[in-house]
Amino acid sequence: MLRSDYERDLASLEDDLAEMANLVEQATRSALDALENQNNELAQRIVEEDDQIDRLQDALENKCVGMLATQQPTARDLRQVLSAVHIAVELERMGDYAEGIAKICLRMGDQPLLKPLIDIPRMAELALTMLRESLQAYSNRDEWQARKVCKDDDAVDDLYNQIYRELLTYMLQDPRNIERATYLLWVAHDLERIADRATNIAERVMWLVSGHTVGTGSVKSDRSLR
Amino acid sequence: MAAPGVATRYAVRAVNVGVYYGSNKVIEGVTMDMPENEITAIIGPSGAGKSTLLRCINRLNDLIEIFRMEGKIWFGDFDLYAPQSDPTQIRYRIGMVFQRPNPFPKSIYDNIAFGPRINGFKGNMDDLVEQSLQGAALWDEVKDRLKDSALSLSGGQQQRLCIARALAVEPSVILMDEPCSALDPIATLAIEELMQELKKTYSIVIVTHNMQQAGRVSDKTAFLMPDENRVAHLIEFGDTRTLFTNPSDERTEAYITGRFG
Repeated sequence: MLRSDYERDLASLEDDLAEMANLVEQATRSALDALENQNNELAQRIVEEDDQIDRLQDALENKCVGMLATQQPTARDLRQVLSAVHIAVELERMGDYAEGIAKICLRMGDQPLLKPLIDIPRMAELALTMLRESLQAYSNRDEWQARKVCKDDDAVDDLYNQIYRELLTYMLQDPRNIERATYLLWVAHDLERIADRATNIAERVMWLVSGHTVGTGSVKSDRSLR
Repeated sequence: MAAPGVATRYAVRAVNVGVYYGSNKVIEGVTMDMPENEITAIIGPSGAGKSTLLRCINRLNDLIEIFRMEGKIWFGDFDLYAPQSDPTQIRYRIGMVFQRPNPFPKSIYDNIAFGPRINGFKGNMDDLVEQSLQGAALWDEVKDRLKDSALSLSGGQQQRLCIARALAVEPSVILMDEPCSALDPIATLAIEELMQELKKTYSIVIVTHNMQQAGRVSDKTAFLMPDENRVAHLIEFGDTRTLFTNPSDERTEAYITGRFG
């Protein structure tokens, strides 16, 4: 393999990850749309389309294994290959959370939502912004932006806690609310996890740029109730 | 690699090749097809018969009196060891680049022109020299000093000159026996890059001690290993990527992971 072929492969990892991130973002948005409009058909499609994200992850991993085995990447190249593998795992899991939200829609069936969605879409917006910015930080090798993503996770955690308390109040008011409140709590939890995974991507970017491992909690403080 | 659905064409096919030096068997039962316009690497420990096998492909072992080969080597439809085949003609069609650069003690120009002249080349020699040097990615470095001695070139340049010399007689297969083992990493990289260019036009078979190099440059890899009687066998042959990520034989795995012997 020509060194420039190798360099082309290295550079293509960025496009592969961007493609995965796009699908994750679409799936998450569609899942919330399906939830809000009780569109089970759409929810079903999201569940089916998650395979596509899984396949992209497999393909990326395969490509990286090939490069590691035959091209001996070192230094920054090595970190680039390893971080791509790592980030792809994060994205694949994010896709699973989006799928999880779609499955909650299906499980709710025709039951009306417990309450209009207000904080959950805000949470989704924050989490997806973190996702997009973590990938931007990756493309631009921007440690500063990666740091910002980690910090932004606090806002998502705060919203999650707020949603948790609110839903708890509904449950305490009337035990018949418990089932539908739990569904929404699961949705909020999935979004909270998506934001956490974006933070992991950002930490991986910091490592890619600096070569130093970012200790857990050194940048982000986990304020979610778990 | 051939596009899916397109039948692979083979430059050289070895069928059940065995080699003897006198009464000593040194290679047994090697069967492998080397595809056209690809790079086939032969790897293995010392004494695994890599160079011997390579030299069978252009009948270079014929120069050794006690050498005997069984089995067949096909070059297209042509049986290389048929009684009527001419080793000299074979060596024009199947060129060889050796471990140490071995330019003739002549000018750069004459190094290239030597083979074609002997061959009775009637065309424009200047053009042929330029084309060959271009093909070996050396032209830009030497175009203003073609009359200088080839020995004034650096090791890496000399090796590319030897490749240009091989190209001048218009071969279709180029054999390379450890072509980078006497070169520094930068010169090695230049040769590796050049090989990728060359394979668009030629088929290449390379013997290398350096399995990382095999991983980097080749499409197919053959792993040879001697048994307890020092008879070499082809242990595994396949796509380089597969061989380096998921070899099917334990011995290949042990060798490529550095746990051999």
